[in-house]
Amino acid sequence: MGFVARVVNVFQSKGCHSQTVSLPSEEKRGKIAIVGSPNVGKSVLFHRLTGTYVTVSNYPGTTVEVFRGSGSIGKETFEVIDTPGMYSFLPVTEEERVARSILLKERPDLILHVADAKNLERMLPLTLQLMETGLPVILVLNMTDEAERLGIQFDLSLLSERLGIPVVATISTTGQGIETLKGLILDRLRELGRPCCSFPYEEPMESLLRELELMLQGHYGISKRSLAVLLLQEDSEIHTLVKDNERDDRPLTSLVERGKGQFPHPISYELSLERQRIASKIFHEAMRLSRGESKGDWVEWLSRRMISPWTGIPILLFILYYGIYWFVGDFGAGVLVDFLEGTIFEEKINPWVTTLITSILPWKVFQELLVGEYGVITLGVRYAIALILPIVTTFFLAFSILEDTGYLPRLSLLIDRIFKAIGLTGRAVIPMVLGLGCSTMATMVTRTLPTMRERIIATLLLALAIPCSAQLGVILALFEGNPIGLWIWFGIIATVFLFVGFLSSKVMPGEKPSFYMEIPPLRLPKASNVLIKTYSRVHWYFKEIFPMFLLASVFIWLGQITGIFDLIVRGLEYPVRLLGLPDKAAVSFLFGFFRRDYGAAGIYDLKKAGLLAGSQLVVASVTLTLFVPCVAQFLMNIKERGMRIGFGLSLFVLLFSFGTGYLLHLALTILGVRL
Amino acid sequence: MKLSERSEEILETLWISTVEEKKEPLFLGLAEREEAIAELLKGEYIDVSAGEVRLRERGKEEGERIVRRHRLAERLLVDVLDVKRGLTHEIGCKFEHLLHEGIDENVCTLLGHPKMCPHGKPIPPGRCCEKSAREVVQVVRPLKDMEAMDRGTIAYLATNDQGRLHKVMAMGALPGLRISMIQKFPSYVFQIGQSQFAIDKEMAEGIYVRLEKD
Repeated sequence: MGFVARVVNVFQSKGCHSQTVSLPSEEKRGKIAIVGSPNVGKSVLFHRLTGTYVTVSNYPGTTVEVFRGSGSIGKETFEVIDTPGMYSFLPVTEEERVARSILLKERPDLILHVADAKNLERMLPLTLQLMETGLPVILVLNMTDEAERLGIQFDLSLLSERLGIPVVATISTTGQGIETLKGLILDRLRELGRPCCSFPYEEPMESLLRELELMLQGHYGISKRSLAVLLLQEDSEIHTLVKDNERDDRPLTSLVERGKGQFPHPISYELSLERQRIASKIFHEAMRLSRGESKGDWVEWLSRRMISPWTGIPILLFILYYGIYWFVGDFGAGVLVDFLEGTIFEEKINPWVTTLITSILPWKVFQELLVGEYGVITLGVRYAIALILPIVTTFFLAFSILEDTGYLPRLSLLIDRIFKAIGLTGRAVIPMVLGLGCSTMATMVTRTLPTMRERIIATLLLALAIPCSAQLGVILALFEGNPIGLWIWFGIIATVFLFVGFLSSKVMPGEKPSFYMEIPPLRLPKASNVLIKTYSRVHWYFKEIFPMFLLASVFIWLGQITGIFDLIVRGLEYPVRLLGLPDKAAVSFLFGFFRRDYGAAGIYDLKKAGLLAGSQLVVASVTLTLFVPCVAQFLMNIKERGMRIGFGLSLFVLLFSFGTGYLLHLALTILGVRL
Repeated sequence: MKLSERSEEILETLWISTVEEKKEPLFLGLAEREEAIAELLKGEYIDVSAGEVRLRERGKEEGERIVRRHRLAERLLVDVLDVKRGLTHEIGCKFEHLLHEGIDENVCTLLGHPKMCPHGKPIPPGRCCEKSAREVVQVVRPLKDMEAMDRGTIAYLATNDQGRLHKVMAMGALPGLRISMIQKFPSYVFQIGQSQFAIDKEMAEGIYVRLEKD
C-alpha cells in the first residue's frame, strides 16, 4: 500500500495558509458538494460522510435525484450534496446541467472531486475545470485498490503539487483514507475564501480569455475565468446569466465572435484538447506503472457475453424469465397477492370493516361509497395494498438490482439498433423496462431522453403497447392454460409496438437521435443501496398513485349513483359488439380507463363466469392492453407533454386500440380460428 | 503543362464559389489583364464573356484537384505535423502547390482518406479513396472501420457536427488517448483506459484512430 495510501497535503506541510477564518458558525454551516462522473463511488463516499439523515429530492423542474445530508467531523457540522454524474463542465445531459447548476447557484464552500483512480487520465480534465471555477477543490482518488491491482500507482504529493490542490487516496467501500479526507475537509473549511488556482492555456487562447475576464463586471458565483471559458463555448445558459448581470453584453458577444475566428476547430474542441494535454502530462508524471495482477477476469468475460448478440439475447431471456416472469409474476403477483388479498383482506379486514361501517353509517349510499362492490375501502384500499403493492414492490426490487449490477447499459447497447428503427435509442430501454412496472412513472422518466422527438415517441409507446405490471399480472392469469392465446396476444402487442414506433419515427420531424453510453463494470449490488432505491420508488408510487385509486373509487361511485355510468356503458356496448364481445365487457372498458388493470380484472371475472370464449378473450385482452392508459397516466401525459400532445396521443390510442381489436375479431372470424 | 501558382489559386477560388457554394459567376474586373488569366484561357480551363468568368469542364476537374490538395495539406499540417493552428491556412496555401500527382495520394492514404478538412469542409475524394474502399491499408481510420481487438491512439475528431463532437468529448475520447475496440455489432463498444463505452455508427464515424501495428 505504502506509496498509494500516503497522503500528503502540500498546503499543510508548507504551512502556508495565508489567513485562518473561523469555521462557519451554526447559522452558516459549511456546504460540501461531491462531484464526479458516473460510477466513481460518489454515493458511497456520500454515505461515509453523512449520518443517517438523508433527503432525496428531484432537482426543481427535473427528474434528476439529488441526495443531501448532514455530516460532522468532531464538533463541526456541514451539509453534503451528492451531485448527479458529470463528465464535463459544458453539459450535454440533464444530469450534468443539474450538477453544474448546483455549483453555480449554491456556491459550495468545498468541492470534493471524486475520480476513479484507474481512469485518472480521463478524469483530470474535470478537476481542471472545477479548479477553474475558483471554488476550493479536493481531488479524491477513489478505488485505488482496483488501480493497484492493475499495477497503477500514484505519487500523491507530486500530483498534489502539480495540480496545486490537496489530493487524497481512498477506497470508499472499505473506508480507507476517509479519516485523512475528513482532516483535509476541516483544513479547507477553515480556510474559506481562499481562491483556488487555475492554469494557463496556450496562446492565443490565454489572451482571449483574459480579455473576456476583464470585460465581465457583474457578480457571479464562480470565477470570471470559468465564465469566460463557458462564454467562449457559447453555452446558452451562461450567456443568459451574463446578459442578466452585465449592463451591456454586446462587446462580449462580439469578442467571442472574433475570438472564434482565430481557431480552425470549434472552441470547445480546442479547449478540451488543451486541457487533456495538461491532464495527460500531469498524469504521466505522477503515475507509476508496474506489472498488475493478471486479472482472473470472469467478470469481463461475463460482460462480453452480455453484449454479444449470440449470447446476449439468451441472457436477456433468462433475466426476463427469472427476474420478471418468475419473481414478479409468480412470486409477487401470485404468492404475495394471494396471501394479502385472500388471507388478509377478504378473510379478515373486509368483513370486519363492512360490519363496522354498516353499523355506524345507516345510509345505504354512503355504505356503498366505503364498503360496496367498488367501495373506497373494499376496492380502492384493498386494490392498492393487496394487489398493487406486492407486484410493484417486487418489480422495483428486481429493477433496482438490475440497475445496480450495471446490466441495463449493456441491454441498451444490445438493442440500440432495433430501437433506432422506432425513432428511439438504446437509452430508451430504461423507461421502457420501467414501464413494465408502472407506465405512469416511466412516462415521467421519459424526461431524461435527450430530444423532444424521443420523448413523444416513448410516451406514445408507453401509453399504447407497454402493459404495466399490475395489468401483466392479470393478463398472465387470464391466459392460464391457454398458451396459444398468450402467444397471439404477445405477438400482436409486439407488432403494434414496432409498427407504431416505426411509423411515428417516419412521421415525427426532428433529427435522428444518436446513441452513446458509458458501460460501467459489472458489480454485485449492495443490499442497502437496492433497498433504499426500492423504498424511494415504492414511496413515490404510493404518494402519487394511491390517491388516484381512492379517487377512482369515488368516481365509480358517483358515476353509478348518478346514472352517468349506465349511459356511458350503453354507449360503449356498440363498439364492444363490433369486437364480438358480450355487452357486459363494456363495463370493463370503462373501468379500464380508471385503472388499466381494473379493466383486465373485469375481463377476468367474465372469463370465470364462462361468458368469454378463447378467441374473445384474445380480442378483449389485446384491446384492453392497447386501450387508453389509466387515468393517472392520462394526466401524466398531459402534464409531461402538454395539453395538445397529451390529448392527441390519448385519442389516437383510443381509436387505435378499438381499431386493432375490430380487425383482430374480423380476422379470427374469417379464418374461423377457435381458441 | 504545369500551371503557375497564381493560376492554381484562381481556379481554386472559382471552384469553391461556383461549384461548391453554387454562387453566381464571378466578374473579372481588373484581373482581366493578368498573365494567369491568359494562361487559363489558353489552356481551356475558363471562358470569359462580357467580363464574366466561367469554369470549363477541364477547369472544374483541375479546380477540384487543387481544392483537394489544399485541404489535404491542412489535415496533414494539423494532425501529423502539429503546426500551430492559427497558421494552417497560410502554410496550407503554400503547401498545396507541392502536393502534385502522386504525392497527394500518398498523403491521403497516410491520413486514412479523410473526408473533411480541419475547418469542416469536405475534401473531394481522389482515385486512392475509391481504391481504399477495397484495399484496407490505412494508417488512420475512423473507429467505424476498426476491427474487434484492434488497438490504437485517437488521432482526431471530426468537427463538422458540433452536437456529435460534444458527445464524443464528454466521453473523454480525445486525441492522444489510447483506445481499443471490443465489439462492432450490434453497437460499437470500445475501451479507453479502464472504461468502456458503447456508441452507434454515426458517432463511430466521428472518431479517427491511428492504428497500432501488431
